Amino acid sequence: MIYTKDLSKSYNGTNVLNIVELSIPKGQSFGLVGNNGAGKTTYFSLLLDLIKPSTGSIANNSVVVEQSENWKPFTSSFIDESFLIGYLTPEEYFYFIGELRGQNKADVDTLTSKFEDFFNGEIIGKKKYLRDLSKGNQKKAGIVAALIGNPEVIILDEPFANLDPTTQIRLKQILKNLAEKQGVTVLVSSHDLMHVTDVCERIVVLEKGNVIKDLETNPDTLKELEAHFASGSMDSQEEE
Amino acid sequence: MIKHFINLEWKQYFRSSYWQKSIAINILMVFFALYFVGMFLILGFGLLPGLKKFFPDEDPFVLANRYLFFWIIGDLMMRFFLQKLPVMSVKPLLTLPIKRSAVVNYVLGKSAISFFNFLPLFAIIPFSIMLIGDGYATSMVLTWMFTMILIVLIINFLNFIIEAFSAEKELSFLPIIIVVGVLFGFDYFNLLPMKALIGDALMGVANNPVFILIPIAILLLCYVYNFKILKEKLFLDSSLKSKVTEVKAADLSWTKRFGDIAPFMQLDLKLIWRNKRTKSMAWLMVIGLLYGLFFYPQSMYKDMVFMYALIGIFSTGFFLINFGQFIPAWDSGYYKMLMSQNIKYEQYLRSKFVLMAMSVVIMFVLGIPYVYFGWKVLITHFAAAIYNIGINTHVIMWGGSYNRKKIDLDKKAAFNYQGTGAVQWLIGIPLMIVPMALFGLVNWLIGFEAAIALLLILGILGILFHKKLMKLITKRYLNSKYKMIDAFSQDN
Repeated sequence: MIYTKDLSKSYNGTNVLNIVELSIPKGQSFGLVGNNGAGKTTYFSLLLDLIKPSTGSIANNSVVVEQSENWKPFTSSFIDESFLIGYLTPEEYFYFIGELRGQNKADVDTLTSKFEDFFNGEIIGKKKYLRDLSKGNQKKAGIVAALIGNPEVIILDEPFANLDPTTQIRLKQILKNLAEKQGVTVLVSSHDLMHVTDVCERIVVLEKGNVIKDLETNPDTLKELEAHFASGSMDSQEEE
Repeated sequence: MIKHFINLEWKQYFRSSYWQKSIAINILMVFFALYFVGMFLILGFGLLPGLKKFFPDEDPFVLANRYLFFWIIGDLMMRFFLQKLPVMSVKPLLTLPIKRSAVVNYVLGKSAISFFNFLPLFAIIPFSIMLIGDGYATSMVLTWMFTMILIVLIINFLNFIIEAFSAEKELSFLPIIIVVGVLFGFDYFNLLPMKALIGDALMGVANNPVFILIPIAILLLCYVYNFKILKEKLFLDSSLKSKVTEVKAADLSWTKRFGDIAPFMQLDLKLIWRNKRTKSMAWLMVIGLLYGLFFYPQSMYKDMVFMYALIGIFSTGFFLINFGQFIPAWDSGYYKMLMSQNIKYEQYLRSKFVLMAMSVVIMFVLGIPYVYFGWKVLITHFAAAIYNIGINTHVIMWGGSYNRKKIDLDKKAAFNYQGTGAVQWLIGIPLMIVPMALFGLVNWLIGFEAAIALLLILGILGILFHKKLMKLITKRYLNSKYKMIDAFSQDN
């Protein structure tokens, strides 16, 4: 579904991302972990054609993202709060995204009604603008908006950050469901190793822009990851 | 402490993408500044001989003082629209061990060294020199000069007080109109002879230097008041934390008839109506509409037919110019999202085009009463409206692809009162001067009908080639996509 080849991105000669080859099959739930500056958001931004790659390319369902816009109808994403339109209410925002993705109001309503639990009564019908919601509630609205219009690829950057524990657990359920039952390719990045191992079938570890681990999730994965990041911090201390 | 503040601002200014990408605008601003300095110098040196020549019977010094009133209200008006209280991002400073009063004093002190305060000096000082050269008592002239500087500073701080009041109102320009209107009205209807009052006051101070304490006291009062207002705003909960407003949703289903651009039109209309900055711009349309009333009643413009074109372009295109110049920066807050969504860029731009074209039509229709000043005026306005729709809409959207400055719609009135700087007024000039020049030239060379025909033909050509032009413009936007995303995700 998503095929990355010889991708690199550098700013003023500093290489921030360098992926020789990475292939994500359809329906996989894919987790990207790494410390700050490892290149997670850069990779997602490249995938969404928000920045230009220095070399190489990403193909989304055989569409090279920087050459054609045909990947947009089946791809949706929520990277950060700048994806929200502050002066709309959550409902209006959902309808707006819905219209862009060819869904009418009824379709959108059916979808959002499934997330009443997730919203915890704080999003729909509150007559509040998105800009006036708390960070956590903004994130909830953004994540649900990314599910509108039956996308085949969903990209979420740090979806667990800023959410309360209850919502984190519900979100994990939603994401698992998407990949397992609906065949959606889900890409998430996170700092939280436990959440990613819970949700993702496959976890890729980025460090300074390079893929250094590519793991199928099994019961020992969490331990392995924790061991890796613990030693990683040791290494960098030694380097200093 | 002040050293740190200056250091911070220096970095903020020169490290912003805006500075690096808009050197052309900066150069233009310098030219304008030099132009005004030149004009004021001419005024300063030329005033005394001029007054002597035209009013040989009167004392030029007394005469000049008498007309200071107009300068004061004019200056106040200019400043309100062009000068902003220097912005400083205070949030990061609040938790640091810095006295609040230091921040406020710094912001106010910085405003005192604004260009607007230096400009009058270029007229005041030469005028004073001329007076001394003419035999006026040096001590008197110096006192007068000093008083004038005080008045400039009083106006400076008075303006911020007025702006502080208008920041909370929906009709943000109303307070200034009221203040200036009342002052002017007092004088005009002889209720209170403001002209003579201010003239006499200045003469009084000049002749009796002790009275200079009065303007000093007024200045201090203005400063202290400003200090008080600003200090109150320096708390997180009072202004930096946003107020929660209840949504007032309007029915916008009528936009459906525009087909595939309807979602964008609804978004644009909400954008305009739900954000402070855009809302006050919408209200300014009233001023744009009435703009002709400043000119047409005066007989001296009756024969200047080329002015009709300027006023026509301005009054029918007021919204177009003010809204258009910030395309696509209005959407800068969520530009990344739009770019990753399944949208056609052409639809997005066409929605803006339709909105601007509609505003031109509405402004023209509302301006039909101008026919009172002659059918020529109305016809010119009509031609100007067509020109606006056909040419200016496209030109301004083309220009928008060079926009690299983020607009923060959410920004509340912490220190950000006006949001309307001089730059935005300058952008309107090519849009208005070019058609005026064309119109004036043809009108002079051939005749009125030919000049009207020219504007109409140009406008109609623009409308006919709308699809082609949009394609070109869309391409430009697509080409600068990465640059725009990058610039819009920066804070300054």
